[in-house]
Amino acid sequence: MVFGNGLRALALVTAAALALAMGLIFFYAPLEADQGFVQKIFYLHVPLAIVALCGWVAGGIFGIQLLRTGDRKWDYRSYVAIHMSLIYGVAVLLTGSIWAKASWGHWWVWGEPTLVSFLIVFLLYCTYQPMRFSIADPEKQGRYAAVFAITAGAFVPLNFMAVRLATPLVHPRVFTRVAGDLPGSMRLTWLVSLVAIALLFVTLCKLELTSKSAKDNLRRLRRRLEARDEAAAERAFVGAN
Amino acid sequence: MIRTAAILFRKDLLVEVRTLQSLTAMVLFSVMAFVLFHFGLDRDTISGSLAAGVLWVTLLLATVLAVTRLFVAEREQGGFETLLLAPIDRTAVFVGKAASLFTFLVAVEIVALPAFDILLLQGTILDGMPQLLAVVLLADVGLAAVGALVAALGAETDARELVVPLLLMPLLVPVVIAAAKASAPLLSEPAASAHLGRWLLMLTFYDLAFVLVSLGVFDYLLED
Repeated sequence: MVFGNGLRALALVTAAALALAMGLIFFYAPLEADQGFVQKIFYLHVPLAIVALCGWVAGGIFGIQLLRTGDRKWDYRSYVAIHMSLIYGVAVLLTGSIWAKASWGHWWVWGEPTLVSFLIVFLLYCTYQPMRFSIADPEKQGRYAAVFAITAGAFVPLNFMAVRLATPLVHPRVFTRVAGDLPGSMRLTWLVSLVAIALLFVTLCKLELTSKSAKDNLRRLRRRLEARDEAAAERAFVGAN
Repeated sequence: MIRTAAILFRKDLLVEVRTLQSLTAMVLFSVMAFVLFHFGLDRDTISGSLAAGVLWVTLLLATVLAVTRLFVAEREQGGFETLLLAPIDRTAVFVGKAASLFTFLVAVEIVALPAFDILLLQGTILDGMPQLLAVVLLADVGLAAVGALVAALGAETDARELVVPLLLMPLLVPVVIAAAKASAPLLSEPAASAHLGRWLLMLTFYDLAFVLVSLGVFDYLLED
């Protein structure tokens, strides 16, 4: 399995996109009248959350592919997508807390369905690794992890629906309200930021996939070398007697 | 498929009736939890959303107890291999296990709901009983479907006592939300039923979604 093709080019594009997004966020997008400078965390927090959720759902889709084809590469992809989304999830909860503290005055707001749903989904995916690594057989591990990924992927939209129904809205619904709510320059900045953060996600996934497959190859080669050494030692022992 | 599931279901019930392991544990746990809530909250009677929360968190944790034990007989006494060697559909295993879990939950609630009423509500549960029964039964379907799936997911892991509760609790959050929201007005002093339809619909939707997901993925569990 080779995952490393084009990694360098992708990394360069990602770095450029991130630089562009940061430039737009700090020098182009206007200061928001109500919240001021703090509002700029919106350009990080919301794309991070969207990409993390998409990563989890993608993990479920890769899980379906693994069960359908039995090809190990889908297992790698599913694992890495979920793992990266977990890391993004930590960033989402941190940036969300900071933003909540700055604009609503509390680190945590239970009345905010999106934040609460995200926490529940995050907690569910936190159990992915403990579950996965307590299964010894690698083939079975992949299959069970895929079943988890599919179930959890279906759970994500359901959970958002349940939590949203249960709580009144606090979050700004910037894109669903009547047009003109978010000025064009802010929307452009946000879209560039979304693309940059999605690219960063893909790059990090590719990097982890490359490193995992390299590690697997190394392990296989080392095992073969050990087997050869053992055979040689045995021959030497037999020869000496 | 239905016949096989029915046979497996009957086997589980027979084992449970003869040993009474899970049911006794669940009932005792529920009653104990009500006693603990009495002291923890320092209240003699509770009502409304507090009562709904106590009831549903207790039932959720009792479900966790049953789910960790769901495949125990198969695993410890070697029934697993026989089950896997038998030329039967894996889906039948899921349906049988979910049906047994559902039955256990109903059996526990037959004791736990009156106990809850006597210990913490002082006899007001009957006011909203028909609606509450609908909520309980719909929630049980969801608990049973997700419970059977998670039990099978955890069956092959080395640390299932840890993995099963960790997996199960976040997955069941929507059930607790919907069931608690639906039963809060039913358990308040003059029993009312505000937004009951919405929450029943939510529970039905959850049940349907997870029964379908479980039926779809269960074939890949418990292989070889």
